[in-house]
Amino acid sequence: MPDILFEKSFQINKKDFVHAGEASISAKNLLKSLQMDAGMIRRASICAYEGEMNVVMHGGEGHLALAIEKNRIILEISDNGPGIADTEMAMKKGFSTASDKFRELGFGAGMGLPNMKKNADEFELSSRLGEGTRVRMAFFTDAAV
Amino acid sequence: MCIIRKTAHEFSYGFPMHCNGIEYKNMKLREIQDILDASLIIGEAHLDREVHTCGASDLMSDILARLAEDCVFLTGLTTVHAVRTAAISGVGAVVFVRNKIPPEDVIAMAKEEEIPLFTSPYSMFVSCGRLHAKGLTGLNGDR
Ligand SMILES: Nc1ncnc2c1ncn2[C@@H]1O[C@H](COP(=O)(O)OP(=O)(O)OP(=O)(O)O)[C@@H](O)[C@H]1O
Ligand SMILES: [Mg+2]
Repeated sequence: MPDILFEKSFQINKKDFVHAGEASISAKNLLKSLQMDAGMIRRASICAYEGEMNVVMHGGEGHLALAIEKNRIILEISDNGPGIADTEMAMKKGFSTASDKFRELGFGAGMGLPNMKKNADEFELSSRLGEGTRVRMAFFTDAAV
Repeated sequence: MCIIRKTAHEFSYGFPMHCNGIEYKNMKLREIQDILDASLIIGEAHLDREVHTCGASDLMSDILARLAEDCVFLTGLTTVHAVRTAAISGVGAVVFVRNKIPPEDVIAMAKEEEIPLFTSPYSMFVSCGRLHAKGLTGLNGDR
């Protein structure tokens, strides 16, 4: 097992749309301060933000957790919200249950999960109805591949 | 419990590079300000920053799902999330169209994230047309 250099967890508050995205910005700044590979930071930050927005728009109380290794970032975003009834459907581009309120604010195009899958080197979505949702992603340095 | 795993052939390592034979026109922010008759809201120190492409949308996923790093982002949305989306995507500057000016807290965030903000009197359509006419490409390099 590679050594973990750094672990950090950020709280994501339920329904707190105004502050939604702050955890991801903090995560991005942390990765930058650790001088991780720029391409990897960009991909991980976008995924963190998409995931955080999902927790606030669709999920419940949640966390964004980072485990940073020398050449790898593990990002896990989990919440105790309603869960996803059909994960295959949720992964489809364009599928969204977002309310009009979020659509007016520029979200709800049904692009978040597919975009996370595209940007991550490893992607795993798991959800149980009534219990919550977890997205676990891994990113490798662009140089390492 | 339902789990979706990414399969090996779907792995993508990083973004495609800009290399499809197109000459990319880089533009300084002060040129863009000029072309759009825009006023600077914040970011005086970054007027010599160069952007490579332009993305115009009111949909955050249009920026997040594409290669928006070092682009100029034109939008009619003055929300805190427009600027957070810009920060996460690494965009070089945001231009609000139709004279829109964001609230103070949004400007403060842009300052902190070092993202210059402009406001242009033109519509989204005219703003895009003006930049396109001067040689700027879309996010994927299309002209
Ligand atoms: N954490 C979550 N908890 C419950 N449901 C979720 C969660 N994340 C995603 N979903 C469901 O999956 C759907 C698709 O998510 P996805 O991120 O792809 O699109 P979106 O959030 O609706 O729109 P966009 O991401 O483009 O703003 C959501 O509309 C929602 O129904
Ligand atoms: Mg989403």
